[in-house]
Amino acid sequence: MRALAVVLALLIGMPAVALEPDEILPDPVLEQRARELSKEIRCVVCQNESIDSSNADIAREVRLLVRERLVAGDSDQQVLDYLVARYGDFVLLRPPVKPGTYLLWFGPGIVLLFGLAAVFFFFRRQRAAATGAASLSAEEEARLARLLDDPDAAQNNQPTAPAEPKERR
Amino acid sequence: MTQRLFFLLPLLIFAVLAGYFLWGLSPDRDPQALPSAMIDRPTPEFDLPPVPGLPQPGLASADLAQGEVVMVNFFASWCVPCRAEHPYLTELAERSGVPLYGINHRDKPEAAVAWLEELGNPYRRIGADSGRGAVEWGVSGVPETFILDGEGRIRYHHRGPLVGDLIEKEVEPMLRALRP
Amino acid sequence: MIAELGHFALILALLTALVQGSLPMIGAARGDAAWMALARPAAVLQLVLVALAFAALTYLYVVSDFTVINVAENSHSAKPMLYKVTGVWGNHEGSMLLWILILALFGSMVALFGANLPPSLRARVLGVQAWIGIGFLLFTLLTSNPFLRVFPAPADGRDLNPLLQDPGLAFHPPMLYAGYVGFSMAFSFAIAALIEGKLDAAWARWVRPWTLLAWVFLTGGIALGSWWAYYELGWGGWWFWDPVENVSFMPWLLGTALLHSAIVVEKRDALKVWTVLLAILTFSLSLIGTFIVRSGLLTSVHAFATDPERGLFILILLLITIGGSLLLFALRAPVLKPGGLFAPISREGGMVINNLFLAAACATVLLGTLYPLFLEAVDGSKVSVGPPFFNATFVPLMVPLIFFMALGPLMPWKRADLAGVFARLKLAALGALAAAGLTLYLREGWPVLPAAAMGLAAWLFVASLVEWGGRIKLFRAPLSDSWRRARSLPRAAHGMTLAHAGMAIAVAGMIGASVWNLEEVRNLRPGESMQVAGYDYRFDGVEQIEGPNYLADRARFTVTREGRPVAVLTPEKRLYPVQNMPTTEAAIHTTGVSDLYAVIGDSDGRGGWTVRIFHEPLVPWIWLGCLVMVLGGLVSLSDRRLRIGAPKRAKARPDAAQEPIPA
Repeated sequence: MRALAVVLALLIGMPAVALEPDEILPDPVLEQRARELSKEIRCVVCQNESIDSSNADIAREVRLLVRERLVAGDSDQQVLDYLVARYGDFVLLRPPVKPGTYLLWFGPGIVLLFGLAAVFFFFRRQRAAATGAASLSAEEEARLARLLDDPDAAQNNQPTAPAEPKERR
Repeated sequence: MTQRLFFLLPLLIFAVLAGYFLWGLSPDRDPQALPSAMIDRPTPEFDLPPVPGLPQPGLASADLAQGEVVMVNFFASWCVPCRAEHPYLTELAERSGVPLYGINHRDKPEAAVAWLEELGNPYRRIGADSGRGAVEWGVSGVPETFILDGEGRIRYHHRGPLVGDLIEKEVEPMLRALRP
Repeated sequence: MIAELGHFALILALLTALVQGSLPMIGAARGDAAWMALARPAAVLQLVLVALAFAALTYLYVVSDFTVINVAENSHSAKPMLYKVTGVWGNHEGSMLLWILILALFGSMVALFGANLPPSLRARVLGVQAWIGIGFLLFTLLTSNPFLRVFPAPADGRDLNPLLQDPGLAFHPPMLYAGYVGFSMAFSFAIAALIEGKLDAAWARWVRPWTLLAWVFLTGGIALGSWWAYYELGWGGWWFWDPVENVSFMPWLLGTALLHSAIVVEKRDALKVWTVLLAILTFSLSLIGTFIVRSGLLTSVHAFATDPERGLFILILLLITIGGSLLLFALRAPVLKPGGLFAPISREGGMVINNLFLAAACATVLLGTLYPLFLEAVDGSKVSVGPPFFNATFVPLMVPLIFFMALGPLMPWKRADLAGVFARLKLAALGALAAAGLTLYLREGWPVLPAAAMGLAAWLFVASLVEWGGRIKLFRAPLSDSWRRARSLPRAAHGMTLAHAGMAIAVAGMIGASVWNLEEVRNLRPGESMQVAGYDYRFDGVEQIEGPNYLADRARFTVTREGRPVAVLTPEKRLYPVQNMPTTEAAIHTTGVSDLYAVIGDSDGRGGWTVRIFHEPLVPWIWLGCLVMVLGGLVSLSDRRLRIGAPKRAKARPDAAQEPIPA
């Protein structure tokens, strides 16, 4: 889907190959780790590309470096720390969780909680409207009556004939 | 009242968003700019051999923390902005007397020699870097320039060519501050 | 001459839009029938004029008139005719013209087929449409005019970006734009309803088909783009969470939510305020997407010639359109009367859950896409928000959504019995267990999470079929009876089943693609073989070929499995000399459950070639699923009730016992 903007202008990221055969480590386990790790590291001169998919010189250099350090016995985190010390958080495609990114990481959860709260209050207000019958208009009375009627009807119908709910479907 | 606020919420969120958009469009902002993570850090460990065919010795970490303020410049003969930067850099090194060290990035030695013969060679030391040196220094491309204090700590890092009033506005004040 | 004609037609279209945007609106406010009636001919005239301008530009491309800057910069005389035509929208200016053309097309469709709309609503809808058109016509004429001449004219053009010279991409932008612009209909209806202060079931009945149409286009457009990236970029990937992809995905997420909430408005007269907000936000996100893509605000893989002036112009358009409509919402939405009541556990409640998760997912994508900009503005630091972030946040929101998606259609309106619903889902649970078990059996290493995910996809798939089977009493009544029931079932019901089942198929494909894809990179000499996922790829060699406007190295792989021939793959590495740009053409053989995918890289100069073989299990299902979803949308659209549009408006709220139309 990266097409849209491509349509609009020049594409810089070449559709060329990234990882070259001569970079691959003989140890498949280590190579697998290197590849997974490469997908978390941004090529710093590219636009949102990981070093794994970039064909820039510097991406190749970092790919080689990652492999060297893994062979030397570094943990994944040590490799990332090494790069962050030189290029900052920018080099990580998964931003670290820290005060500056709390909103990013917890934002989706906050939005969801906010939405859940809104849904909760929506239903509570609806129930309040349904029970505060005294102040209802005639139309609302009628609607309420229908709503209150319905559960019984539904309960009578539903469990016995689940395949055919009350409504014509 | 709270209900009113609720209905206003989308507009408020959009207003904040639009503010950021407006800021993002400002001509002073370069979306590609990458701030340096190297400022106030000691120089990385490195040891680069000399470029074959050049009289200058190579460059290693040990050459940097000698109690003297120095400049380190990444360059390459294939890099067009380096050519634009070269006269400014030469002039700055001559005028200020600050030692200028070069790191020749991913270059053919003969091309580098020819390039320096053509344009002049302001560097006291030149290390040949096959690529790893740039990563050690947190360099993303050439040219990039660093200023180091006497303890070998990086105090200034500029990505891109040092041309025009950058020298006057950023480099010289930094040099003055470091060399009272 | 033709260029000037097109330019002139565009100016006339702007004038027509100005009339269409003002007089009918005033007429609607005053109750003046004659002024309101102006909207329809004006909308049709606007379409004719814009179409004329578009035809003029197309003509200039076909005859390769390089005295026009736009043609000179984006075309070449040696380009195949197909790409000369599609090159019209393969650039910023031309694509804006396409945007406007589609907008005018939608507007005139309301004018031509909206005979049963109340005159004031129709006048206002067309008025709002005209204002959107005015904004974009002004933008095009003032900052992005495709008809400007150049002197002296170059001898030949600079050609279209070779990556875009591809049939898949040729039709991707029109579909995507039809999706974006299609949501302008829901937007215009929402604004008109806010102005009128009235929103009822009939309103929802008009909005739904337009939304559905836009959704079909957007789904197709996104799928086509993703497919193109998959086979053209040679990375074996199909989705990259790039800002440019994200901005097309956000309207899709909210548009899908809108599709469902509009049903609630139609059937139950509830969720009106929320639906209006969704309609506004969906189109707003389409506009914001256009802004982000064309302003260079964010860095994307597609760095494009950015122009701050254009960015500022679109930002002002955004401020007026989105800011204005949200202000109108803040002022007028409280006027809309709350409608039907329903219990939390009900069909409506299911739609609320659907909307909740889709909106949260959309917010997540928005946050991730824009966060680098926020942080840079706040403290100047730069972060990258890439696929690992989106996988960690977006996917957990999709899991409950898909889980509940199976339940929703089984719940009756107003109040449902959860136990009864789950009782009907026994078969789906069985299907889920079977899929999970099969995954564990087929794949080594006890992959628990992927197995659970495949189970979830199966859960949705079986539940969708169960719901459909229940409606037609499949296997409970004689088959002839079921057939009769299936035929009398509203098309929209079939459409929903297809769309939900398609989603399940696509989800299964996405899981397979992200968990089990294999990539092997090797240096091979002709005659050598490599084995990937049980298939043997013999590298037969490379030959040089010459295309109409490119040169290529074409490799040949003979693929066998246990000695039996499977396929011959011929990936190419092309060079387009005009732009001096290389492209890779992957060769793909699909077995239906997986793709064999070969890419040829560079020669090492000593007879060896870099060869990249991907094994992509279930990937074809992603597009199959999207296709089924699109099909579901089309079947739904063909529903008589949607096609005919709204019935009598007077009958305010259809009783709950009426046919429920799922999307």
